[in-house]
Amino acid sequence: MSQAGDDPKHWFDGDAGPVVRPYAMTRGRTSTATRHRLDLIAIVIPASAAGDPAGDRTLSPEHVEIVELCRASPQSIAELAAGLDLPVGVVRVFVGDLVESELVHVTRPVPPAELPDVNILREVINGLRAL
Amino acid sequence: MVFGRSSRGQRPIEPVTLKILVAGGFGVGKTTLVGAVSEIKPLRTEEVLTEAGRPVDDVAGVEGKTTTTVAMDFGRITLRDDLVLYLFGTPGQDRFWFLWDELAQGALGAVVLADTRRLEDSFAAVDYFERRDIPFAVAVNCFEDAIRFPAETVRTALDLDPEVPLLMCDARTRESVKDVLVAVVEHAMIRARQQREPAVTT
Ligand SMILES: Nc1nc2c(ncn2[C@@H]2O[C@H](COP(=O)(O)OP(=O)(O)OP(=O)(O)O)[C@@H](O)[C@H]2O)c(=O)[nH]1
Ligand SMILES: [Mg+2]
Repeated sequence: MSQAGDDPKHWFDGDAGPVVRPYAMTRGRTSTATRHRLDLIAIVIPASAAGDPAGDRTLSPEHVEIVELCRASPQSIAELAAGLDLPVGVVRVFVGDLVESELVHVTRPVPPAELPDVNILREVINGLRAL
Repeated sequence: MVFGRSSRGQRPIEPVTLKILVAGGFGVGKTTLVGAVSEIKPLRTEEVLTEAGRPVDDVAGVEGKTTTTVAMDFGRITLRDDLVLYLFGTPGQDRFWFLWDELAQGALGAVVLADTRRLEDSFAAVDYFERRDIPFAVAVNCFEDAIRFPAETVRTALDLDPEVPLLMCDARTRESVKDVLVAVVEHAMIRARQQREPAVTT
């Protein structure tokens, strides 16, 4: 993140893997068992009542940035992680906070073990052909 | 700074999101394939893992535990305002199987990208999707300097079931990748129909 002095790149190391503590940013919190695990393709949508998150003292700059990014255009957990240059797990924690504060909600993708509807598959095929 | 709220009656569209995995050995062309059809430059996400190889957000009290990161790249295809397909290139190594588990959850299907010079690199992925009953197609990425084999030879070498689509492709070419993706989704659709209406025995 911009305000922290660290270069997020140091988290990434192709092989051995660095020893890092990215969860310092979330004060060591991890998403709790009560929260369902947010899928990488779950879309984060700001609540219309979210107002001006920047004025909310309880939010960290990362929370505010997520709300503002999603307000510009709703996006998936994966896109947020890439856009913020944060590990997916860290983004899940922040988005989980925002869901609890009712500042955003997330779409639920097709539940595991449930197949997408045949009609949706047909639409995907048509959409791909039309690309 | 954003002050305005979205005006009433103009609620943001909540798209249905779907994903297809692109698996295969090192350097087989996964990122190239994703980039050929994605409307965005393939993006990179990272998962932070404990040394034990579990994603850290699954465990409590990770602070202080040694972690490593693994990268996945992905692309996006907006098929319609309300229908978005994501493609995820999965890390090829077996030791990242748990990432595949997460990605495979709810995936509509998968592409196993293969290189005839190193077919054995695709065994793990073929095995994985067979076991989990995830519909997949095999796409042979035809590098210029590789010897071309007839499809049947590849099918036998990979021991594929007859209904698994097998295509020759060029991961750099949009049209070719589109054909591969259509083959995966068609296969998934046939499977979905079969499971919904169990075959009538006569
Ligand atoms: N000639 C030729 N080169 C290709 C083709 N597909 C990919 N390449 C090249 O092969 C190299 C590896 O491709 P990538 O797309 O990075 O492969 P990858 O599977 O993502 O690799 P890793 O993520 O490192 O496992 C790149 O230099 C590509 O330009 C192809 O169809 N033909
Ligand atoms: Mg790659």
